[in-house]
Amino acid sequence: MSEVVKKFMYLNRKAPYGTIYAWEALEVVLIGAAFDQDVSVMFIDDGVYQLTKGQDTKAIGMKNFSPTFRTLGDYEVKKIFVDRASLEARGLSQDDLVEIAWEDFETEEEIENIVEVIDSARVGELMNESDAIFSF
Amino acid sequence: MSILHTVNKSPFERNALESCLKFATDGSALLLFEDGVYAALKGTAVEPHVNDALARLKVYVLGPDLQARGFSAERIIEGVSVVDYAGFVDLAAENGKVQAWL
Repeated sequence: MSEVVKKFMYLNRKAPYGTIYAWEALEVVLIGAAFDQDVSVMFIDDGVYQLTKGQDTKAIGMKNFSPTFRTLGDYEVKKIFVDRASLEARGLSQDDLVEIAWEDFETEEEIENIVEVIDSARVGELMNESDAIFSF
Repeated sequence: MSILHTVNKSPFERNALESCLKFATDGSALLLFEDGVYAALKGTAVEPHVNDALARLKVYVLGPDLQARGFSAERIIEGVSVVDYAGFVDLAAENGKVQAWL
């Protein structure tokens, strides 16, 4: 690709299922992944709840889109960040979150888990470094 | 006539739970469902408020909404009771009124 690559950030602040924001954000991330941009997905505030392990929506009659997060690596999304302070305020740690693996199909380079828990100051820096922020 | 108060919003995003706890009188019932279930979890910033509420209210959480969000009953604050949909209906029937804190 010879076009200019832009840094896109998808900023998630909503819990899943109670509203449609989380699902819509994931759809947009997957669509955007087709355009070979530099994508990062950020989870802050209630957005951190989107990544909890063991989601099972059978009893509420809604689609469980949690497994889709684990495929983000296959869409060449390599940067997934979670705000540590948001986790801590909710009594959560990285152990409560799904792991998302990533593999470069050409070099066979593998990363077991691309979900990175970072400090709020770093969240702010990454927002500044982005060319565009898509907010959900 | 007793009131069943329902809260379906995350305590970290809206003040629905905060308002509910301010106005609910002693002996009332509180059911947390949908995104409201996050208030029932141990170790959160709002746990002290829920503990205070448990001293004077009956507090329930809807199991299917917890399960959907990836949390088992072990993660629930002690004293909060998990109910299913039939339990929700029973609570609505047992209490004279339902006040939904939307």
